[in-house]
Amino acid sequence: MALTGVEIFKLLPKTNCKKCGQPTCLAFAMKLAQRQASLDQCPDVSAEAKQKLGEASAPPIRPIKLGTGDRAVKMGEETVLFRHEKKFVNPCALAVAMKDTASGADAQKLIDAVLGSEIDRVGQKLRIDAIAITNDSGDPGKFEAMAKLVAEKAPAVAVILSTTSPDAAEAALKHFSNKGAVLYGANASNLDAMAAWAKAAKATLGIAAASLDELSDLTEKAKAAGVEDMVIDSGARKAGEIIRDNTLIRRAAIKKNVKSVGYPVITFAMRDDNMLETLVASAAIAKYSSIVVLSSMEKWKDLALFSLRQNIYTDPQVPMQVEQKIYKIGEPGPEAPFMITTNFSLTYFIVSGEIENSKVPARLAVLDSEGLSVLTAWAAGKFTASKIAQFIKESGIEGELGGTKELIIPGYVAILSGSIEDKLEGWKITVGPREANGLPAFLKSRVA
Amino acid sequence: MPFTPPRESYSGKIFEETIGSGPKAITVGGENVLPFHSFEGATPHKPVIAFEVQDVPPEDWPEVVKEVYKGVSGDPVTWAKYCIEKLGAETIALRLVGTHPDRQNFSPDEAAETVRKMLAAIDVPLIILGSQHAEKDSSVLIKCAEAAKGTNSVLGKAQEANHKTIVAAAMANDLKLIAMSELDINLSKQLNILITQMGFDKAKLMTDPMSSALSYGLEYTYSVMERIKLAALAQNDPTLQPPILADVGMMVWKVKETQAPEADMPAWGSLKDRGIAWEAVTAASFLIAGAEVLIMRHPDSINAVKKFIAEMEV
Ligand code: B12
Ligand code: SF4
Repeated sequence: MALTGVEIFKLLPKTNCKKCGQPTCLAFAMKLAQRQASLDQCPDVSAEAKQKLGEASAPPIRPIKLGTGDRAVKMGEETVLFRHEKKFVNPCALAVAMKDTASGADAQKLIDAVLGSEIDRVGQKLRIDAIAITNDSGDPGKFEAMAKLVAEKAPAVAVILSTTSPDAAEAALKHFSNKGAVLYGANASNLDAMAAWAKAAKATLGIAAASLDELSDLTEKAKAAGVEDMVIDSGARKAGEIIRDNTLIRRAAIKKNVKSVGYPVITFAMRDDNMLETLVASAAIAKYSSIVVLSSMEKWKDLALFSLRQNIYTDPQVPMQVEQKIYKIGEPGPEAPFMITTNFSLTYFIVSGEIENSKVPARLAVLDSEGLSVLTAWAAGKFTASKIAQFIKESGIEGELGGTKELIIPGYVAILSGSIEDKLEGWKITVGPREANGLPAFLKSRVA
Repeated sequence: MPFTPPRESYSGKIFEETIGSGPKAITVGGENVLPFHSFEGATPHKPVIAFEVQDVPPEDWPEVVKEVYKGVSGDPVTWAKYCIEKLGAETIALRLVGTHPDRQNFSPDEAAETVRKMLAAIDVPLIILGSQHAEKDSSVLIKCAEAAKGTNSVLGKAQEANHKTIVAAAMANDLKLIAMSELDINLSKQLNILITQMGFDKAKLMTDPMSSALSYGLEYTYSVMERIKLAALAQNDPTLQPPILADVGMMVWKVKETQAPEADMPAWGSLKDRGIAWEAVTAASFLIAGAEVLIMRHPDSINAVKKFIAEMEV
């Protein structure tokens, strides 16, 4: 269990020197208990207290990085079981499996696909985060050859090396020293050797257990062998097992502070049936996996899984928003169409995307509606005629426009057109299409 | 050290409800744990998927799903029989969109006639849905409820604005009833309370907290469902213990991801697989969050979700 404020207080210097920025040691202890302060803010804390508190105040799920550089992915650090309680912190990494028996050409194709997998979605760049090289051949030489190829052709991509052979591990890890790789496959019969190689290459050790009992046993042994960074697999493969084990692991780590399962979970979702694999991966994304390994990547599947991951990991309190301002799309002249929408990210990106599709240069005013969509904002009184009128007046846009001052509003709020016209003197209000995908035709017909 | 599984048990339980009658009747709900948590409690019934069928041809559905029903969708009964006999549908959801004043504006009597014909032709449970025009639905669903009297069908959807007449109709004809509110646990609770205060048995209700599509508000529906389930189980709140219904197909098959051809959106990949995945992923997410009844459109998405449900049994 995590320590309470009073228990923490007993371990502090009790001098109330204020160097930590808090008025008293007790106040600081309370902040620590709520995880709103970090222990190193107190310069005078004793070594003994540091050790005790360090262990108790460590996040229940160990933070670990997969890969290095710009593409590195943070894992772990989660604090809740349900996303409505508090934002889920580190979005699950998606990895694609590459068999070491694949031909050079197939391997190259997969590498290219991973490198080209990035798409922009609602302002975020999303991609396949890692390649999981699997030692299907059982041959350390083949495994190393594939590892070398990936290291050369995709040096920025994180790897998971999946093997139970310490020899294969040693050979492949040579190419990924200090690269935030995962060495997956540590089990009861190879643990010491695998732990040694992972430590030597500063890799994360992937524990491959056959049950939850064995899992917690193996992580403790690995820890005793000096391994700190681990990702864990209880052996769950069926969707029901994944939900069960991931739930029990997350509960134990967060509610009971069980350290032996306080690590990010790796899940293997591979199936012959690609649509079923997509759903099993979805379950793993929704319920607590930190790495999901897929058998293949297709653009449609990537898009669906990226979108789900984004949905599950958004902040439940604050919708994704863009800045309130007037955005230019293309190089709009004074007579270019001028439209308005809300600042909900999804709305903004859909609408601006369709305006781009139309190839008609235009201006898009984005009103701060606290991140709500058009209809929701309208229903909540955040996208009203007076707010729109005030924003337009204060924006200074009038000076940029030519003779006709015309504002195009979303079709769903056609009802607002009269009252905006009343409040914006000299303006013409035009009702646009309801759905943004009607915009290209609508805009093109106006310039034609 | 052995791992001590932190199991949870709850005081509440979801109502066990049977829909339809005869050998093909289906029971949902009855669980006293979170979705698929069979490792710590009872999950006696699997979720059920209803195939959506409409009273008018699905002109506004995207090609990927419209083409599946080409040749049968001209007539609702033919369409439904095709779903049952050829696609293995265990339940049909008949959506009377043609009654919407902006569509064919079919009269309540015309709608009731469709329901009557449907009930005479099929032996699986039927979910009867209006056009979601609050005012028109109340007159349409009264007549449809009479037509379905005693069949133990599901009637929907009662919203805050029109619940009085629809509840009375469901009650008089002994039907199950869907109560729909807008993505807010308190609104769901409030509507269920209003309905039970009229004397309607809460164990005959289904809650539709309002669906959404992947990438278009899914996270809201997902979290509202999780919160409803937690309130029902952990707080033993009987007003939130009816099974949850997710109307997935109609939300999914209108978003751009299920319509834009690959030629326009090369980065999005195959349109057909994308559309099917969009519906299946949305549905599977809602099952994990707490839905026990789904309404869907594409047989391939339905099949994928069925396989997923089967894999959930351990
Ligand atoms: C998710 C959601 C919510 C979320 C908020 C999400 C958000 N960040 O906005 C939550 C749960 C918080 C919510 C709350 C409410 N909601 Co709400 N919500 C939805 C839902 C399911 C999806 C909204 C969405 O994300 N749409 C996607 C975005 C991209 O759509 P959009 O912004 O409208 O943009 C499209 C078009 O308008 C157009 N467009 C946009 N800009 C422009 C600009 C121009 C120039 C043009 C031409 C076109 C254009 O292009 C876009 C794509 O086609 C809808 C129902 C539905 N399925 O649509 C209901 C809906 C919008 N909500 C509704 C209501 C009533 C509410 C509440 C008042 C009810 C309540 N629960 O208390 C509250 C109000 C919020 C508040 N703070 O008080 C109603 C509105 C009814 C109405 N006709 O006015 C809806 C329609 C549901 C319904 N059928 O009743 N909601
Ligand atoms: S810095 Fe340390 S000793 Fe000083 S008040 Fe803060 S907690 Fe107490």
